[in-house]
Amino acid sequence: MTMLKINGLHTHIEQFHILQGVDLEVPEGSVTVVLGRNGAGKTTTIRSIMGFYPNMKGEILFKEESLMNSPTYTIAKKGIGYVPEDQDIFAGLTVEENMRVAMRKEDDKTFERQEWLLGLFPDLKTAWKRKGGHLSGGQKQMLSIARALVNETPLLLIDEPSKGLAPIMVEKVMEAMNVIRETTTILLVEQNFMMASQLGDYFYMIDEGRTVFDGSMQLLLDDEGLRKKYLGIA
Amino acid sequence: MELHLTLVFNGLATGMLIFLLAAGLSLIFGLMSVLNFAHGALFMFGAYMGTWVYILIGGWDSPWGNVNFFIGMGAAALIGVILGYVVERFTVRQVYGNHLRQILITTGVMLVVGELVKVFWGPNLIRVVQPEFLTGNFMVGDVRLTYYRLFIIIFSTTILVLLLFMLKKSKLGIVVRAGVENSDMIQALGVNVRKVFTLVFVFGTVLACIGGYMWGPYQGQVNPGMGLDLMLIAFIVVAIGGLGSVAGSAVAAVLVGLSEAYMAYYFPPGSLAVNMLIMATVLLIKPTGIFGAGR
Repeated sequence: MTMLKINGLHTHIEQFHILQGVDLEVPEGSVTVVLGRNGAGKTTTIRSIMGFYPNMKGEILFKEESLMNSPTYTIAKKGIGYVPEDQDIFAGLTVEENMRVAMRKEDDKTFERQEWLLGLFPDLKTAWKRKGGHLSGGQKQMLSIARALVNETPLLLIDEPSKGLAPIMVEKVMEAMNVIRETTTILLVEQNFMMASQLGDYFYMIDEGRTVFDGSMQLLLDDEGLRKKYLGIA
Repeated sequence: MELHLTLVFNGLATGMLIFLLAAGLSLIFGLMSVLNFAHGALFMFGAYMGTWVYILIGGWDSPWGNVNFFIGMGAAALIGVILGYVVERFTVRQVYGNHLRQILITTGVMLVVGELVKVFWGPNLIRVVQPEFLTGNFMVGDVRLTYYRLFIIIFSTTILVLLLFMLKKSKLGIVVRAGVENSDMIQALGVNVRKVFTLVFVFGTVLACIGGYMWGPYQGQVNPGMGLDLMLIAFIVVAIGGLGSVAGSAVAAVLVGLSEAYMAYYFPPGSLAVNMLIMATVLLIKPTGIFGAGR
């Protein structure tokens, strides 16, 4: 079954035509990676799914239901978790409050999920009463992921989780994502090809606001020419 | 020494009344990024409506004068709920994200509300007397203090403590604090920020209307210009305290209240200049205000 499907997505931000035809399909249970150079339109794609831009054309279907013209908060309530590029942790709130603000219900099931997430990210437990603004980059990333998953979340959109992190932290985040993928479908935007290739089942290459290539991750691993052309790496 | 104690007491009372006006303004500014130029007019309308009800049911002369005072306060709060909802729903909501339009439309609301007051109650001031149980003085050592000022300090401090507690402990309070920092992200977590905006706007207006109502007996009158006079001071308080910070508004309001009290005694024409100087000094040292987090 397809969890998320995007057909011919065009997004305008102010006077700029950023996405000019993105097509994408995320099968249930998979990790699908969006790749491309800086400024290709990866982050805009993920933010378009979350409904941040009013000026969009095309089709975005989540479990065959259209997300077009829906406000961001209803998209989130449908079960789509979002981890932004800069984590967007609430700096003045403690870790506990950052988690609480994300909870749509404060019931046993949600607290069980929170416990599971704290098991996955033990660093958050030790920083429980610390303000978001005082966390390290890695802790912020963990909190951002945990916050997005504290409710029932069939689909997680995660934007560059390795950005600005030390290699040891990247490893920790990858380990956690390998656990999360067992229960959650993931759409990942990632510049770090090592991370993308280890986690991803499928990839979509975006260039100048368009989907230019897609396939299994193995295909990309085997095709050096493709990697060189669109990612600039051998 | 007696003089200073009296001035500090007066400054605290003035400051805490300014806080009632500024707290709502600060939250509206911080959470919704809305420049609400109508806030002073809403403060004035609350003062008139509450005072009108207070007088209508017998005022301070009736045997129920003390009860009437609180009924008037309830009326001011109620008109705050109605006005806040109407203004947010039909004007401010149309111009979120556009500061120029916000200034124009809230200035329009300010003018309309100001004219409505003149139509209903006339252009002249209305005399207001404090309720009997808050009339008179008491002595602390050699210092003579008034009951009404003490009441203002206790009442406003109670509001401040409840507000801080609500912001710190309740889910709504945490949502508001998060929304002040990043309203896009709070929506991405499934929160309908528009509803929170409306609630905060209504709450801010209620505080302003109650503040306006209490300002009447404090000054002995209400008049159509009172909102405009205090609006500038409220903006100064918000800038000093930091956008969206209730605690900051309280500290800044007390600072400004004290400066008002001292200047009123020593050099009344310099009052506004000193407030401006305090604001400029704070912003030079910390551009986000004393408690402002910056974004």
